[in-house]
Amino acid sequence: MVATYETKTDYKVIGNSPIRHDALDKVTGRAIYGGDVKVPGLIWGDVIRSPHAHARIKSIDTSAAEAIEGVFAVLTHDDFPQADDKTIETGEGTVNLRRGQSNVMADKKVHYKGHVVAAVAAVDRNTAQIAAQAIKVEYEILPAISDVDAAMADGAEVILEGLVGDHLGEKVENTNVARVFRHEFGNVEDAFANSDLVIERTVTMSMIHQGYIEPHNATAIWAQDDNLTVWSSTQGSFGVRSQVAGLLHHPESKVKVNYVEIGGGFGGKTVVYLAPIAALLSRKSGGRPVKLVMDRSSVFEATGPAPGGKIRMKIGVNKDGKIQAADTDLMLEAGGFPGSAVGAAAICVFACYNLPVSRITGYDVLVNKPKSAAYRAPGSPQASFAIETVIDEICDELGFDKIQFRLDNAAHEGTRRGDGVQFIRVGLEECLVAAKESDHWNSPLGDAPAGKARGRGIASAYWMNGGGKSTCDLMLQDDGTVMLNEGSADIGGTRTSIAMQAAEVLGIPVEDFHPSIPDTDSIGFTGVTGGSRTTYTTGLAAYNAAHKLVVELKSRLADLWETSADKIDFNEGTFTANGDSIGIQELAGKLGPTGGPATSTSSVNLAEAGNAYGVHICDLEVDLATGKTDVIRYTAVQDVGKAVHPQYAEGQIQGGVVQGLGWALNEEYFITDEGAMANRSFLDYRMPTSLDMPMIDTIMVEVPNPLHPYGVRGIGEVPICPPLSAATQAVKEAVGKPFYSLPVKPGRILEALNGD
Amino acid sequence: MHPFAYVAPSTVAEAVAELSKHGDRARPLAGGTDLLVKARANVWELDAVVDIKNIPELMTLTINGSGLSIGAGVPCYQVYDNSEIAAQYPGIVDGASIIGGIQIQSRAGLGGNLCNAAPSGDGIPSLIALSAVAKIASVNGTREVAIENFCTGPSRTVLKAGELLVSIEVPKPAANSGAAYTRFIPRNEMDIAVAGVGVFVQLDASGKNFESARIALASVGPTLILASAAGDSLAGKPVNDETIAAASALARDAATPITDMRGTIEQRKQLVEVLTGRMINKAVERARG
Repeated sequence: MVATYETKTDYKVIGNSPIRHDALDKVTGRAIYGGDVKVPGLIWGDVIRSPHAHARIKSIDTSAAEAIEGVFAVLTHDDFPQADDKTIETGEGTVNLRRGQSNVMADKKVHYKGHVVAAVAAVDRNTAQIAAQAIKVEYEILPAISDVDAAMADGAEVILEGLVGDHLGEKVENTNVARVFRHEFGNVEDAFANSDLVIERTVTMSMIHQGYIEPHNATAIWAQDDNLTVWSSTQGSFGVRSQVAGLLHHPESKVKVNYVEIGGGFGGKTVVYLAPIAALLSRKSGGRPVKLVMDRSSVFEATGPAPGGKIRMKIGVNKDGKIQAADTDLMLEAGGFPGSAVGAAAICVFACYNLPVSRITGYDVLVNKPKSAAYRAPGSPQASFAIETVIDEICDELGFDKIQFRLDNAAHEGTRRGDGVQFIRVGLEECLVAAKESDHWNSPLGDAPAGKARGRGIASAYWMNGGGKSTCDLMLQDDGTVMLNEGSADIGGTRTSIAMQAAEVLGIPVEDFHPSIPDTDSIGFTGVTGGSRTTYTTGLAAYNAAHKLVVELKSRLADLWETSADKIDFNEGTFTANGDSIGIQELAGKLGPTGGPATSTSSVNLAEAGNAYGVHICDLEVDLATGKTDVIRYTAVQDVGKAVHPQYAEGQIQGGVVQGLGWALNEEYFITDEGAMANRSFLDYRMPTSLDMPMIDTIMVEVPNPLHPYGVRGIGEVPICPPLSAATQAVKEAVGKPFYSLPVKPGRILEALNGD
Repeated sequence: MHPFAYVAPSTVAEAVAELSKHGDRARPLAGGTDLLVKARANVWELDAVVDIKNIPELMTLTINGSGLSIGAGVPCYQVYDNSEIAAQYPGIVDGASIIGGIQIQSRAGLGGNLCNAAPSGDGIPSLIALSAVAKIASVNGTREVAIENFCTGPSRTVLKAGELLVSIEVPKPAANSGAAYTRFIPRNEMDIAVAGVGVFVQLDASGKNFESARIALASVGPTLILASAAGDSLAGKPVNDETIAAASALARDAATPITDMRGTIEQRKQLVEVLTGRMINKAVERARG
């Protein structure tokens, strides 16, 4: 059963933007990140990685490494215990333990360049590096498969031996397609035959990386009693715990993951890479603490990027402006092991539209690139790019207003999503109306300087957001302040956005809260910070815990006031009964005789979440002689449900836009003929810098989510989706040429301009 | 990273003696923004790193009647913060102020940019266009090499084992002359040139005719390229769209780029032509004051 709420509108705490509790530590450098972890007796680990994108491992000779002075342990896949052939949740995806183990350290084959083959632990970092390089690996090189076409071609080399693909329910061997699935309503062929206009396009996009500043790291101690302690930069300590325990076949109760601050993740830090290696190296080194830190090239080559791929999109529309049907094939790169974001892409692809007839076919395709992982609304940006490209062409072709057309076909409460789920109250129409009324949409583009041209693009997108499991504990102190423990890694200021929700209930200033994120031994299970779930789900746990604390305090006060708890009212921080009244913070100091400290705890598991929509407008200028693009104005409209902390909500939207614009205009994995990523550094992996971005204007629409008492929806992910098409359509308008491949980089624009 | 000895001599004589002891397994260290990256990536396996920042001669910037002398270890910011250099050598400032970001520019210098010999070195085209010369020392004495002949391939220079770049000597610009450099990058900063063009022009007293010109190209060949035909084509010609377009087309012909992750052959040739035209116009504007 799903609880729904009548939403409040008058708030004391919610809707303000207090300073985040971790701000001072972070801006002064005092906060402890994974790379800062130092423990007595620490030694260093390093790994050797495959120089080939696809190869069989013929032999590994570790003798030279073992002979180096200062080396404590050498590790290969043979040192891993047999993992169960079962699939566990990672929060924003799943991992099959046996394949997860092979991704952490290659077993017989390497599936991508940078795949870890062996590891060492040594007295210092330099010795570890030298020893790792001394490991001799013999390979039999196999053809590298770099895109979905090559992977799906007849006779393609099979990447994952033993994979049995599920192709629409049929078991298929010797394939690189792990899964083909379909969601279908009605008959698309008939509907296309009855449409006035049918447009079909195929778009492609490159694999791209989240590009978080902090590289992956892990420190582990495998003590003599088999208790394993881990520190690792992650979006969720419990995700690290379940993966490490599963991959190493170790009881969860014997794995403790300490929380460290995270320098960005965007979905990429939901998967473990180094922690199991650090753990086994520690065990082999007699329980010495072992630390590993990746360099940037390894982060690019061997951690989970967002899938590239190919999407075929066909839409039929009538001259009255109603979409008749839509059909799509989503082919996304899983990377070296199964599990791309194609499932989520299929959920999102048609979610902005109310379609009478639709068919979605998803393909999860293995290629010799790093195993893809979640990246901010995984799968939705690619899907949004495909559908919005065709929608834009339909509007151009039939002369429809690009916002009115979307309004005429907008999904709303009761609309069935492409995968069959019926929407609860959603805010797409409100976003479209806000975009239509915005200053940006109603302002002219302005004249471009000589030699340049301008264009405007608009696009919408959807992300379903996440729920799942979260825990929050409250401990009222004698002085009226509150210790708040919660299990969500704090990426975007969630210590504060969670504490604010408890503060609103208790009528205690949020500055009087001390929110902490303890280790996995010290708080109930909480899923990763991902899926835009944290402020919604852990926030609800805080809300519930606060209400439980009020109940507890009423019962204590009933003792003090010699009345019954149900006669006591609580309103905005004050308890009243029979003419007596006392503030909650004053009461805190009087609890001693009533049974000691007052605490409460709440765990939730939310099956559903409030959906998020965004509508973005992008103005862009193109240098017609060089193909250089500059975004000159940008407005992001988004239904946030309720902005708990408007400054952070706005920051999330702006951050998403910047990443989406990077994806649209310049970012890509540039893959060589040998299957290597040529641009594996920030010098050549061209993420936008602050000098490339105009001010990103935001318009936050608040259509309350009925599943949350304050109407909170997730906000962090959907803003990365619309920029891909909004920027691309702006370039199309500027230069008069369509673009079907991302990134729309200057070279591609010049090619299109010279194509005349 | 291979373990290396760190030495910090205080004279050129000590530095070249140290360098000559280790052959090609020693490198001079100025800002370290290229050296440390290459050492850490095991591109270079070094036995010794010779820090030159304690040698006064290599850390000195001199500008006088005969020209500009840039010590091999002088960081970029000292070059572009110098108002006399900015006034007389704006082309050098164009390059020095776009190498990396502010942090890099506070350590890295033009000497290191030259010795690193990347075809994309933004500091170098203006030095070539301005006919600058590299002053090189070794245990056998000193020699001079024109900047356009200094780099012999990616990461390769005329420096022999044991030789040290002491300074870059730039002649005083002639009257009615101007210079400019730009590069094309897909972003607005912190990037590496897809193509770069540095131009020096000398006009006649009327400012309406070219007397001479030198055009240097970056990122479109294995080394920086002096596009002599393009520059020479302007000598004695009037300043107009036609002569500038003709020179730009010749610069395009001089480019020998490859296709790689940063751009394609066709794109780079087109960029050279476009940027050459833009930089000739800018240099002319500066020459006319």
